[in-house]
Amino acid sequence: MKPETSRRLFLVGALVVAAGALTAISFGNMGDNLVYYWDVSQTVENREKAAGAVIRLGGMVKEGTVDWKADENVLEFQITDGAQSLPVRATGAPPQMFREGIGVVVEGTVTEAGTFETDRLMVKHSNEYKAPDEDMSAEERKALYDSVLAGDG
Amino acid sequence: MIPLLGRTAVLVALAACAVGTVTGAFAGVKRSETALRWTRWMAYAFGAASTAAFVLMEYALFADDFSVAYVAEVGSTQTPHWVTFVSLWSSLNGSILLWGFVLGVYVAGLAWTTRGRYPGLTAWALSVSLAVGVFFSFLVAGIANPFELVDPAPVDGPGPNPLLQNHILMVIHPPTLYLGYVGMTVPFAMGAAALLAGRMDAAWVRLLRRWMLVPWGFLTVGIVLGGWWSYEVLGWGGWWAWDPVENASFMPWLTATAFVHSAMVMERKDQLKGWTVSLVLASFLLTILGTFMTRSGVFNSVHSFTQSPIGPVFLTFLAVALVFSVVLLAARVDTLSPATGGLAGPASREVGFLANNLLFAALTFTVLLGTVYPLLNEWATGEQISVGQPYFDRMGAPLGVAIVFLMGVGPALPWGRSASGALLARLGLPAALAVVGVALGIATGMDGGWVLLTYAVSGFALGTTLLELWRPAAARAASLGESLPVAVGKVLVSARRRYGGYVVHVGVIVIAVAHATATFATERHSVTFTQDTPKDVAGYTLTYKGSEWQDQPHRKSLVANIEIARDGAVIGTFGPRLNHYKSMGQPIGTPVVRSGLKEDLYLSLVNVDEQAGTASLDVLREPLVWWLWFGGGLMLLGTLVAAWPASGRRASGRAAPQAAK
Repeated sequence: MKPETSRRLFLVGALVVAAGALTAISFGNMGDNLVYYWDVSQTVENREKAAGAVIRLGGMVKEGTVDWKADENVLEFQITDGAQSLPVRATGAPPQMFREGIGVVVEGTVTEAGTFETDRLMVKHSNEYKAPDEDMSAEERKALYDSVLAGDG
Repeated sequence: MIPLLGRTAVLVALAACAVGTVTGAFAGVKRSETALRWTRWMAYAFGAASTAAFVLMEYALFADDFSVAYVAEVGSTQTPHWVTFVSLWSSLNGSILLWGFVLGVYVAGLAWTTRGRYPGLTAWALSVSLAVGVFFSFLVAGIANPFELVDPAPVDGPGPNPLLQNHILMVIHPPTLYLGYVGMTVPFAMGAAALLAGRMDAAWVRLLRRWMLVPWGFLTVGIVLGGWWSYEVLGWGGWWAWDPVENASFMPWLTATAFVHSAMVMERKDQLKGWTVSLVLASFLLTILGTFMTRSGVFNSVHSFTQSPIGPVFLTFLAVALVFSVVLLAARVDTLSPATGGLAGPASREVGFLANNLLFAALTFTVLLGTVYPLLNEWATGEQISVGQPYFDRMGAPLGVAIVFLMGVGPALPWGRSASGALLARLGLPAALAVVGVALGIATGMDGGWVLLTYAVSGFALGTTLLELWRPAAARAASLGESLPVAVGKVLVSARRRYGGYVVHVGVIVIAVAHATATFATERHSVTFTQDTPKDVAGYTLTYKGSEWQDQPHRKSLVANIEIARDGAVIGTFGPRLNHYKSMGQPIGTPVVRSGLKEDLYLSLVNVDEQAGTASLDVLREPLVWWLWFGGGLMLLGTLVAAWPASGRRASGRAAPQAAK
């Protein structure tokens, strides 16, 4: 083997080893920091598996379950997907658009008692930006605008 | 009329790119002067046609010509002028039109700066960049055609995405990033040209480096502005979340930064050529990957990305570009590297640059892994996950600290030989500043391990950088009898590349310190106020004075008036607000940010209950955030110093010895 070739082989080998080590460290770190996108039924059915894991949970705010404790700065409600529901305990004030029956996304963990604890509550972006229909009249457009402002959008 | 004219301009651009790609390759193989001249003209034609398409679309937006599909999609008769102007890049098809425009200007610029020089390399570079132009013109002409005719034309449109209308930074931030992304095409084409032609002259390397500094500078500014926008608009008080969209801009910046350093070794020592060219190719591929990720909707779900026809087309282009790059590298890299010896001793400047490059490569790799892993995982298992921010923080912190540390060692190392004992003497002041940094941290209560470590390496790097700026100036002042400020100015001008680089280093150090401090020491309170009842929060006294609705043509805003007082003195009344736009269900907040050199007070409105007379706010006290933007400004300043074209006299003076060689 020419010295040039062996030197190159050595360099490539060193790089491969370094890249391998970096990959191993990365995956190790990643495993502890994954966020799982689950729905309510999945979370309820896999409660043991869910304990401790960070879960991003999407669902609706169940009618008649909202309890905002202003003095404790805690918002409690049930999140549901129609079939199952789960109690949520969120720290922080409810966002302006938050109301019963609206879609929400919460990120947090399930406690042993089966409560979903979160400090990240987002009202769902499903209607984030919808262009009005092309053939809408000016009045219909205004009605849509007003309905959005009134908060039923 | 506009649909017809616009489409014609796009088709002319497509034709110019296609012809130029072929004539450029022909000129590269056959060394034909005529073919090269044709290619140059095709590059100019591409620039002109894509500019025309851009101007036509802006005209259609301002003229409210709703017969143009894109205007019908994002235009509105009611938006203010500046919103009308930025509407062009508010949605997918328009942003690809902007991309084509910027690419046209860059390619024409490449043709202009290479005129009369390096014929063989230029032919290939123009051919490759025009081939990229073929792809984007094809998108604009076909599946992303913004000039489609709408018949009958609607009377009015919905206006652009409200997020775009919410802050002036949204006008500057996206095009700046685009100038960075698209600009990576030119160094890519130049690197590929070097491989295709099988040579890499020193003059070509210099030109390539300057062409890389342009998009690198734009990326830097775009990333900083993105963080600033996020901070001023999104209301969560942060500036960086390792979001896929952010990572998409960060990765090519990392590889380009590595290139800017390794190019110095290549230029000076004729070493690391294959590696340096690989970095150029990788930067371009990462911008295409980033565009694919951010523009195809793939991050909502792997399965939703096919809903937009852009996704698969981009993926195909990425695959073609990747295969082209890898094959080209594998086949031709040996033509670049003369069999020179290994790098000089273990503590030489070259080895410092190599270590720098390995750290940047490692950081790119970990960010890439964390960004694409959710996609691969969903594709393989169908399970949707994301990689949380702590992964990136944990991987990024040690690599970032190591990079800043190296910034304090590298510039003190000598070229071509290993450092001797004299090195230790040069590191005396930096080491002292590192100790000062740690002491300052402990004195101000920043007692986290990573924060103190950041202070230590930042003080160290600052010491080295200041010494490198100071020493030549002091020597000059002493020998020529100049006053010190004059000497500093003259030294800066005499070697602008090096000293511009050091100014960038100072900017990075400022950002590192500010980021570490603000991340560690930010106080966050979620508070519900009752009207006219003062509350003490984060060292301030805040009073909710009631709310009001403000009407503007394009939005309605709910404003909560908050009086801020400190130590009994009223600073003023401020109005964090929630803005409601038509056709958007979600209100978008505008937080109030009271910036200071020491700390920011950040008020973000969460809700207002008009019946109960209460308002809930997130109140944040964030130290040193202002310095993040200042550091970004320093980086821009340093880049300008390093990349500004030399004056004619100076340029010809430098070219002369080259010609003599």
